[in-house]
Amino acid sequence: MTLPAFELVQPRSLRDAIDALAAAPGMEPIAGGTSLLVDLRGARVKAETLLDLGRIDELRGITIDSHELVIGAMATIADVLKNPAVAEHAPLLVEACRLFASPLVRNRATIGGNLAYASPAADAAPPLLALDAVVELRSVRGRRQVALAEFFKGVRKTARKPDELLVGIHIPRAVPGTLSAYRKLGLRKADSISVASVATRVVVDMAGRCQAARIALGAVAPVPLRVAKAEAALTRHGLTVEAAADAAKLAAEATSPIDDVRGTAAYRRRVTETLVKRALLELVEKGGDGR
Amino acid sequence: MSGANVKPTLTGESRSSARPGRIVRLTVNGRTHEVTLPAHRTLLEALRDLGYVDVKNGCEKGDCGACAVLLDGKVVNSCLVLAWQAEGAAITTNAGLGTVDRPHPIQEAFADAGAVQCGYCTPGMVLAAKALLDENPNPSEAEIREAISGNLCRCTGYGQIVEAVRLAAQRLREKAPTKQGGEKR
Repeated sequence: MTLPAFELVQPRSLRDAIDALAAAPGMEPIAGGTSLLVDLRGARVKAETLLDLGRIDELRGITIDSHELVIGAMATIADVLKNPAVAEHAPLLVEACRLFASPLVRNRATIGGNLAYASPAADAAPPLLALDAVVELRSVRGRRQVALAEFFKGVRKTARKPDELLVGIHIPRAVPGTLSAYRKLGLRKADSISVASVATRVVVDMAGRCQAARIALGAVAPVPLRVAKAEAALTRHGLTVEAAADAAKLAAEATSPIDDVRGTAAYRRRVTETLVKRALLELVEKGGDGR
Repeated sequence: MSGANVKPTLTGESRSSARPGRIVRLTVNGRTHEVTLPAHRTLLEALRDLGYVDVKNGCEKGDCGACAVLLDGKVVNSCLVLAWQAEGAAITTNAGLGTVDRPHPIQEAFADAGAVQCGYCTPGMVLAAKALLDENPNPSEAEIREAISGNLCRCTGYGQIVEAVRLAAQRLREKAPTKQGGEKR
């Protein structure tokens, strides 16, 4: 079935792209297109003009400096999987990217597109939430940074203004004592959309105390979300088997899932508890319990 | 193969009624075509209209991999690439790897291993295998299964396909024994 007709603007620099967007803020940015083109074809999304970000080389880079890792919005999932700095400072993101759609999609789909498109099931979102990622937005008005936790506003809704482009994702460098684990439930092992996904990260100090905890969930609410109450259960009681079970229960209670073709709301709530528990038990095994 | 006389119209849309579009230069299997295409034409549609009917239209959602092509060596779903976006890239289809008379070792291995039933998924499978073996000449079974995980076959249990890729890898390594990179990661 043919796509509905649209115009396509293909700027070669970020400057040209944000100028074009300022002149016509109704344009729909297209990054890898692996979600947008499917939704345009299915008439779930309408767009008169697409702004193709694919020719803007400056949005592709992945860089590391003394305090953060910066992933260009147009870095593909495959780029992320191959990058040694991401492997060192954001292994949680790598774990999620390994289970992201299929190899063919991973060669097109981008980190920036996955976040900006704001599907509740965006697989890059939970790991990036758990990594305290910040997104950078640019427009002719300037640049601003928004914590990823504040970025998602609803299904397909974000804090991005119509004249802004998401240009990069900033992730703090990993600190010593960081442990992370990821779990995704799909209906098949590969090439699947998440029924539920869980990203967990803790920082354990020399005495084995849990200094920080992050638990983020995907596909179980209108937006990918962090569950503060569940995180607090770990920082309060330490990284133990009992705390893991408590945190998993609290995480499941914080969900507001829907029934859809991939599963019912009740099922999603139950598997959230199981996935969180399994991820946290992996962390306990890796270094919790007052090592 | 290219330049076939028969031009199946995938879209069923009258080209004259579409927006006029612009001239796009597509380089397919080493041959350059100049075609006028509207912005919303996918690479899949453009390729089939040019006669590259080895690129199959399956799901048009990026789920099945039947429309796989190599875009600068990377395997992608051509249903999720706009033709305009492929301008300037080297596009390779299954037919660009070899012919019936001079098949590519991967194509030969698919025939020898009995990996082809209805054949609809085969061009995409072959290209997914090509992309894998270009990067990893000696993949494990798990790596082969991972590499073809975006290509659906509804005939087989994938066993013969996995065997075909393993066989192709072995033959390619034997053909180029001095080439480095035969080591497992």
